[in-house]
Amino acid sequence: MMKPLELYIHIPFCIKKCNYCDFLSAPAKREERAVYVESLCRRIRSYAELAGAYCVTTIFVGGGTPSILEAEQMQDILNTVEETFHIDASAEITIEANPGTVTKEKLSVYKNIGVNRLSIGLQSADNRELRTLGRIHTYEEFLVSYDMAREAGFGNINIDLMSAIPHQTRESYEKTLRAAAELNPEHISAYSLMIEEGTPFYEKYAGGKNARDLPDEDTERLMYEDTKRILKEYGYHRYEISNYARKGFECRHNLGYWERAEYLGIGMGAASLIDNRRFVGGEEPETLSKEEQMSEFMFLGLRKMEGVSRKRFQAEFGCRMEDVYGGVIANMKKKGLMAEKGDFVRLTERGIDISNYVMSEF
Amino acid sequence: MAGTDQSKIRNFCIIAHIDHGKSTLADRIIEMTGLLTSREMQSQVLDNMELERERGITIKAQAVRIVYKAKNGEEYIFNLIDTPGHVDFNYEVSRSLAACDGAILVVDAAQGVEAQTLANVYLALDHDLDVMPVINKIDLPSAEPERVIEEIEDIIGLEASDAPRISAKTGLNIEEVLEQVVEKIPAPGGDANAPLQALIFDSIYDSYKGVIVFCRIKEGTVRKGTPILMMATGAKAEVVEVGYFGAGQFIPCEELSAGMVGYITASLKNVKDTRVGDTITNAQKPCKSPLPGYKKVNPMVYCGMYPADGAKYPDLRDALEKLQLNDASLQFEPETSIALGFGFRCGFLGLLHLEIIQERLEREYNLDLVTTAPGVIYKVYKTNGEVIELTNPSNLPDPSEIDYMEEPIVKAEIMVTSEFIGAIMDLCQERRGMYEGMEYIEETRAVLHYRLPLNEIIYDFFDALKSRSRGYASFDYEMSGYERSELVKLDILINKEEVDALSFIVHAGTAYERGRKMCEKLKEEIPRQLFEIPIQAAIGSKIIARETVKAMRKDVLAKCYGGDITRKKKLLEKQKEGKKRMRQVGNVEIPQKAFMSVLKLDDK
Repeated sequence: MMKPLELYIHIPFCIKKCNYCDFLSAPAKREERAVYVESLCRRIRSYAELAGAYCVTTIFVGGGTPSILEAEQMQDILNTVEETFHIDASAEITIEANPGTVTKEKLSVYKNIGVNRLSIGLQSADNRELRTLGRIHTYEEFLVSYDMAREAGFGNINIDLMSAIPHQTRESYEKTLRAAAELNPEHISAYSLMIEEGTPFYEKYAGGKNARDLPDEDTERLMYEDTKRILKEYGYHRYEISNYARKGFECRHNLGYWERAEYLGIGMGAASLIDNRRFVGGEEPETLSKEEQMSEFMFLGLRKMEGVSRKRFQAEFGCRMEDVYGGVIANMKKKGLMAEKGDFVRLTERGIDISNYVMSEF
Repeated sequence: MAGTDQSKIRNFCIIAHIDHGKSTLADRIIEMTGLLTSREMQSQVLDNMELERERGITIKAQAVRIVYKAKNGEEYIFNLIDTPGHVDFNYEVSRSLAACDGAILVVDAAQGVEAQTLANVYLALDHDLDVMPVINKIDLPSAEPERVIEEIEDIIGLEASDAPRISAKTGLNIEEVLEQVVEKIPAPGGDANAPLQALIFDSIYDSYKGVIVFCRIKEGTVRKGTPILMMATGAKAEVVEVGYFGAGQFIPCEELSAGMVGYITASLKNVKDTRVGDTITNAQKPCKSPLPGYKKVNPMVYCGMYPADGAKYPDLRDALEKLQLNDASLQFEPETSIALGFGFRCGFLGLLHLEIIQERLEREYNLDLVTTAPGVIYKVYKTNGEVIELTNPSNLPDPSEIDYMEEPIVKAEIMVTSEFIGAIMDLCQERRGMYEGMEYIEETRAVLHYRLPLNEIIYDFFDALKSRSRGYASFDYEMSGYERSELVKLDILINKEEVDALSFIVHAGTAYERGRKMCEKLKEEIPRQLFEIPIQAAIGSKIIARETVKAMRKDVLAKCYGGDITRKKKLLEKQKEGKKRMRQVGNVEIPQKAFMSVLKLDDK
């Protein structure tokens, strides 16, 4: 029997780097992109041997801005994947797209080559906030792209939103949430802005500089609560700390990371987990000990709202979760940070607030 | 060595203000006299300990014997005794001086006479040493040898016109120093046939030889087999070996006789038996009276030392015992703290001594320590007539049982250029100093005399002095008894629970200020936890200051990108590491360094 595998394909190009972005991505010339796509395809083919043992269940083309590529380039990439790997008939195939880079032509090519999910970066419905973030598009331009995607027949669309943007207020964030939800996408990701080293925002905000511009901790937390409350009104349920979906439209690729599915990352800086070895690109793989595997099972799984399953733990590691983490779980429960329901152990709302604290216990 | 002509021996030391080049000059002298080739020379030969070299401070007295062929064609034996260079070790310095007949005074050609220069010269003169000035660092562009010579003559009253002008660093004019040692330092006296009378100026513990006693023979002769008696401690032993000091090694010889400097081993197992300043005599033919000046040195500063990992308690005890073998002034006894568990209350000569021991425990014995704030010994006069010498604030009796308290006072001399007099007077004022006068030693420099409570200077007084005078002030002090004082115990409550290890004794007049600063400092040091934590300072049941550590920062709900969880793992690892460095007190986790907070109250 073939094992399931998730594929991640990284496209490290964008029109212009956003002020908060520390992902591996940069503007590049047309020729550079062409060279990259070529080598990416070679790279995909090089996994032919490994591919034999697997059946691909999800593909995620992320970036950067994958939709910056020409339609033919994307076609080449996915065709190469199809030639190399066995792809499950019901596989979830996602491409990340940014407003301003998608065209009708591209969308129809995506559709034809089997892409069945689009993830569009909106971040905010407030044009001033978009400018602050250094995004290349306005809200109106996003709407054009979104409509185009629907017209092209995409029935599974995600919209990325962001909270804790400089100068953002709860009111403006609520407007963004409602604007997005009213479009009725199948999935909404809502993350907090993180000030990462090496970004223009880091220069401006690191170490408490210009803290007045940023929503404070309490406001940020209220925004998180607003997200849950407002999206619930529109019929979205929270299935992971930062992800909301209509029933049946949870992102399978993303869930795979938290469930420690095997995944292969192809392209610059892409991370893989194969056979309990983690590696990035051609770097020396890190083999995970059983202890590390169990720890990952716990702290990654806790990102899911349903939590971690005791039965699955036992099936995977041959020992009871209680025997390994019983003490920690009891302690966290006592502190009101974790709760149990049937087979599952999960974070409480308070636990989500300080998830790192809880996760570092495992 | 038998029959060495006393007139060919010179026993001397080098005295200087810190950084004026004492150890460098010692190096050069050793090098010049060919005892070591420059290839063998490690910088600052006499500072053996890694720590000594690193800090540029001499901690233990050292000695070296050098043969010098003078210009007059005669060979001389020089015994150079390097003395510790810090006020904490004043007594050791005085005993080292007592082992000498003369002293080279090194004065920096740019800095001139400093407070320690004066203090050291007076100490040397007290011991009837002939002091021979040397002007060092004349290679510096800022050198002003003429001015400095004038200073030496005016301030100290020493003839300095023919003082060698040298650069110990480059080796310039070192020979002139050696010639002057021959001319100006007197030869030792004493009768080799009189009953033995030898002064102990240091002792070290060697795992093979046992205790090695450094001594100066004042009268008589000692050789292998001599039955000896330490007159103060009463310890007796038979001499196993005598010898003198090569550079970094012990060279055995037949005998040591009056006027000589050398070492004795006698299968003694503990340096406590061979106290610095004690007199060694022949047990069968004792001298009439011991040499003057012996006293048992007592610790001045106390603190609690706890292993960060409670299981390391026996290791800490072993390490302290080993250090004590070499350091009779280190004291310790077991104590328990509710917050920190099992540890030791340790006594030190001063803050430097404390820091050195702490560093050696951490480095040489690989111990992770939690140290409580250092304090001095207070005298508590109880209403029932009892007097307690208090070394641990937690043991302070109930206020209702206390009649009054006394604290140790020092006499301080601060030398400072006139532009900073105001700033330094302010500092002394803040530290409850009592002004006792000031004299100008020259137009632009003055010596300020203050009486200061010891507990006000053991923390950061020296640093504050330096920073408020841009490094120009220098400082020396001596103990000056106890004085009655309004003292209170300041308790710290964390989450409403008193943390015994954070209590300290403070003057009533500064209690409020200290309490407030302590709370502020702890607020910075204690990380946010699951719940809000009040930090309070209290005197008795009265809360005098409060701060709050907010509940734990909410984690950013960031995107975990492309399955690259390495970064997330690192973050969690770091958080885990942080938790390990905490002490659980009640429900609250307190980082180890918070227990030293009181030391940093004046940090800007």
